[in-house]
Amino acid sequence: MYGFEALTFNIHGGYLEAIVRGHRASLLTASDYNNLCQCETLDDIKMHLSATEYGPYLQNEPSPLHTTTIVEKCTLKLVDEYKSMLCQATEPLSTFLEYIRYGHMIDNVVLIVTGTLHERDVQELLEKCHPLGMFDSIATLAVAQNMRELYRLVLVDTPLAPYFSECISSEDLDDMNIEIMRNTLYKAYLEDFYRFCQKLGGATAEIMSDLLSFEADRRVVNITINSIGTELTRDDRRKLYSNFGLLYPYGHEELAICEDIDQVRAAMEKYPPYQSIFSKLSYGESQMLDKAFYEEEVKRLCLTFEQQFHYAVFFAYMRLREQEIRNLMWISECVGQNQKSRVHDSVVFIF
Amino acid sequence: MEEFIDNLPPMDLMRSEKMSYVQLIIPAESAHRAISYLGELGLLQFHDLNVEKSPFQRTFVNQVKRCGEMSRKLRFFKDQITKAGIVSLEHPFMQPDVELEELEIQLAEHEHELIELNTNTERLQKTYNELLEFRMVLDKAGRFLFSEKNHHTIGEDRELEESVNSNHEFIDTASLLEKELRSGFSEQSGVRFISGIVCKSKVVRFERMLFRATRGNMLFNQAPADEEIVDPVTFEKDAKIVFMVFFSGEQAKTKILKICEAFCANCYPVPEDLTKQHQVTREVLSRLSDLEATLDAGIRHRNKALSSIDYNLTKWVTLVRREKAVYDTLNMLNFDVTKKCLVGEGWCPIFATTKIQEALQRATYDSNSLVGVIFHVMDSVESPPTYFRTNHFTNAFQEIVDAYGVARYQESNPAVYTVITFPFLFAVMFGDWGHGICLLIGSLILIARESKLSKKKLGSFMEMLFGGRYVLLLMSIFSIYCGLIYNEFFSVPFHIFGGSAYRCRDATCSNADTVGLVKYRDPYPFGVDPSWRGSRSELPFLNSIKMKMSILLGVAQMNLGMFLSYFNARFFGSSLDIRYQFIPQMIFLNSLFGYLSLLIIIKWCTGSQADLYHVMIYMFLSPTDNIGENELFWGQRPLQIILLLFALVAVPWMLFPKPFILKKLHTERFQGSTYGMLGTSEIDLEVEPDSARAQHHEDFNFSEVFVHQMIHSIEFVLGAVSNTASYLRLWALSLAHSELSTVFYEKVLLLAWSYDNFIIRLVGLAVFSFATAFILLMMETLSAFLHALRLHWVEFQGKFYHGDGQKFKPFSFASLTDDED
Repeated sequence: MYGFEALTFNIHGGYLEAIVRGHRASLLTASDYNNLCQCETLDDIKMHLSATEYGPYLQNEPSPLHTTTIVEKCTLKLVDEYKSMLCQATEPLSTFLEYIRYGHMIDNVVLIVTGTLHERDVQELLEKCHPLGMFDSIATLAVAQNMRELYRLVLVDTPLAPYFSECISSEDLDDMNIEIMRNTLYKAYLEDFYRFCQKLGGATAEIMSDLLSFEADRRVVNITINSIGTELTRDDRRKLYSNFGLLYPYGHEELAICEDIDQVRAAMEKYPPYQSIFSKLSYGESQMLDKAFYEEEVKRLCLTFEQQFHYAVFFAYMRLREQEIRNLMWISECVGQNQKSRVHDSVVFIF
Repeated sequence: MEEFIDNLPPMDLMRSEKMSYVQLIIPAESAHRAISYLGELGLLQFHDLNVEKSPFQRTFVNQVKRCGEMSRKLRFFKDQITKAGIVSLEHPFMQPDVELEELEIQLAEHEHELIELNTNTERLQKTYNELLEFRMVLDKAGRFLFSEKNHHTIGEDRELEESVNSNHEFIDTASLLEKELRSGFSEQSGVRFISGIVCKSKVVRFERMLFRATRGNMLFNQAPADEEIVDPVTFEKDAKIVFMVFFSGEQAKTKILKICEAFCANCYPVPEDLTKQHQVTREVLSRLSDLEATLDAGIRHRNKALSSIDYNLTKWVTLVRREKAVYDTLNMLNFDVTKKCLVGEGWCPIFATTKIQEALQRATYDSNSLVGVIFHVMDSVESPPTYFRTNHFTNAFQEIVDAYGVARYQESNPAVYTVITFPFLFAVMFGDWGHGICLLIGSLILIARESKLSKKKLGSFMEMLFGGRYVLLLMSIFSIYCGLIYNEFFSVPFHIFGGSAYRCRDATCSNADTVGLVKYRDPYPFGVDPSWRGSRSELPFLNSIKMKMSILLGVAQMNLGMFLSYFNARFFGSSLDIRYQFIPQMIFLNSLFGYLSLLIIIKWCTGSQADLYHVMIYMFLSPTDNIGENELFWGQRPLQIILLLFALVAVPWMLFPKPFILKKLHTERFQGSTYGMLGTSEIDLEVEPDSARAQHHEDFNFSEVFVHQMIHSIEFVLGAVSNTASYLRLWALSLAHSELSTVFYEKVLLLAWSYDNFIIRLVGLAVFSFATAFILLMMETLSAFLHALRLHWVEFQGKFYHGDGQKFKPFSFASLTDDED
């Protein structure tokens, strides 16, 4: 079907595509960030943001602001936009939009389960959850003692249920388990999302497979780096890798046996798209890797807007907004804690 | 001729106000007052001198922030007032007499008080809610327990059945057995219960979760609560459900309690003993009544506080808004070197300079400043903003023109002519004096209620109607006039101006469409003879008259547009435009379509039978041939040949000279041949400061100028034909309008009237009036309006209007009021 979207895409997707492109136009620009970085207090940030689309969300906040309020309100805006788009969407776009939030659901599940493990208050944990990943009865997660219960009690009702098939066990939950669960879930989620996009075909499949492969590869690298020096066996590590992406399958085999960051680097540098990312880092360093990956991701996400008649713009927009909120959070934190010298460390300019 | 034009009185209406760029140097101590006086005056547009600074680097950022904070508080008050349901009365608006600092303190106090009151009420409401829920739980749960016991005494089977029924989808046999075993010992053994209350929307999921967590080993009873609980924060009423879960085992209890917590279900202990239950209920009831009294008192107190705030709210809101505007404007000013004065620059119309100076003097005097404000005129490179003084009447017309583009500074303003031509062209398409009267009544109602409606907030559609009420008035008056000319009243002709000029040949013909009529006396004095209606030749006759009229109107309006371009060129002193653009354009248009208009008029006057199509077509195809029977006047053929030659010459005339002359001017100017320039092109240069200045700024690119001129010429030549044809829409729409109304009148109203049945007549009347109101009065008005708009924007304004100016936006308090909300 590739090449014929122009005929039919606008029947259902045209309106929302226009909406999402309009939303994209309101993303903060480099000059906005420059101005924000010069702010002296959080009130200055609020004042600057009130001239942007965030204005109505922040205008009723009383004056001693906190970073959390800013982030919360900005997220609220994203969630409102997401919800209104979801309301307008028809199949298969609505399913596509639903897929976007599963990642947040997984994070929320992990957050709540870890929190209860460390005996934190459930309400407090709920406030920390990303609102996009909220689902009914998420609070009940606290009741569960092991994976099986977790699945049987709560998650069986959620869209995450199919992803759980690989990690049902009766073992009691602990940090390690949960982390493995998160990665297994993510693996299943990404593979499912990938399959779904392939099924949609056309430009959506083409662009999304690129974006999702990048996401999968990034997770592979992160898993590898994080599992260095833990008791995770090579086979187990290999199991957490998603079965697609540029690194699949030979890169996975190499990464599975890596013992330190330099080996990872050696393995990754065989792949030209990642070579540029790793070439920015000095040897033995992994701190800046996140930022490098984010920058690369933002570049790819921005490129999706160059093509018309596909769903990847929705994915890209949500991701870009999230990146923007991360930026705002970082800037606000730096301003709030008087660390203005570090303000540029983690801000990824979108335009 | 030129002298005559020069000696005409200055036409202020025709051009925008003369503006001057002024600089103000205001001592810091009187700056605030001066700016607010200027805001009241509203005739100075400040130029932002701090563009490169971000908002929080400007001087008065703190004040702006404080104003923002205060308006936040005011919004909070407004929100609280609407939530509390206090109806705000219209208070007489007083000039704000409070100082900003004072107000800030006052607002902070009020907010503090209100928040305290709110937290108190919230707390009380929460306890009250808890007690209320407890009471309901006691009430319902008592009933559950009671019936439970009854069941046991009557027979266990039924209870078992019920529980099976209630859960029969999920229950598996194993747990059923278990249940059977347990329920036998209900009282004595470890069966315990938890009772509480949960939101209605969550109850299904809650039950399912409980069922899963206990693996079906529980019994869930529920009953809807009698009253809705008011949420203390959002003031919304929630429907709730009282539940009672029976279960056994300690582990199940912790699980159930956790689930209750997760679902925000409040659990309350219900004593099993009946007497104890009654005792608790009594206690709860007495505490409830106490609390209710306190709560009521609290709410009364809060409402009182709110209404006292409400009394001043509008005043405060206006004050804060004004202050914020003043500080925003102050932020556009620069500090001078000494840091003691603020320097502001901006545009103001020349007639307002004295007023501005007065206001500034007043400010100096009122703020006891030793140094006055310095006000002087400066030069500016930028082109000034366009400002037309309008009133209620002309405003709507100016808006119509501005919607196309704001006039260039001092460009001739088409709105002056639009006031009459727009409604007139509309009426040509909408000519029916019956419909015109309906529109007139509508517009008169709008105008009569002007003072009332202008204060109210109208919907977008009404807002549009109300804004255009004077346009509507003129449109309706002209529609009546044109309707009288077309002799149509809901498509019915009337003998208003005497009898028809035609009558039957003999007594046998009953109506007009059987055989021809004969003319027996002078023509009908005004408009179309009523006898045309219904005759076989009605359409050809009306079409011919309307078509010719459209052409005449079109040619007249296009000529007006071109004359305006002449006045523009004169005003801006560009003789080049007159010589190589205006004159050939005039010749081209008038030698073709001006000639056509002449033929039409001659044909009308002489009653000739000549075929004008034929004349026009063969004027191009074979100009030398004999015209034959289509000759209207002596010497027509040579005249046509001459006109055709003129038109042919006009095309290269408007195409070639201008770019070449511009190029010549440019090369002379930039090759250092200043000596030559004095003698040869002094006049041209002085006459054209505009083009000379443009050359300074940008590099002269000959090919670009030439291509531009080529496009312009081709557009004009082709446009002359297509624009004239475009005016035929006047005929087409008027035809459509009259045919539609004929259809509704004859095929609906008359058809229904031909039946002798009351209901059919009523239905016919209803359909006719709806069709008239919605299709003819609304849709047709809209379409005629849009077509008139197009004729003005494209055909008329395209001839002379640049429309690339900026509107004058003075700093004014009056324009602030509807900014927010």
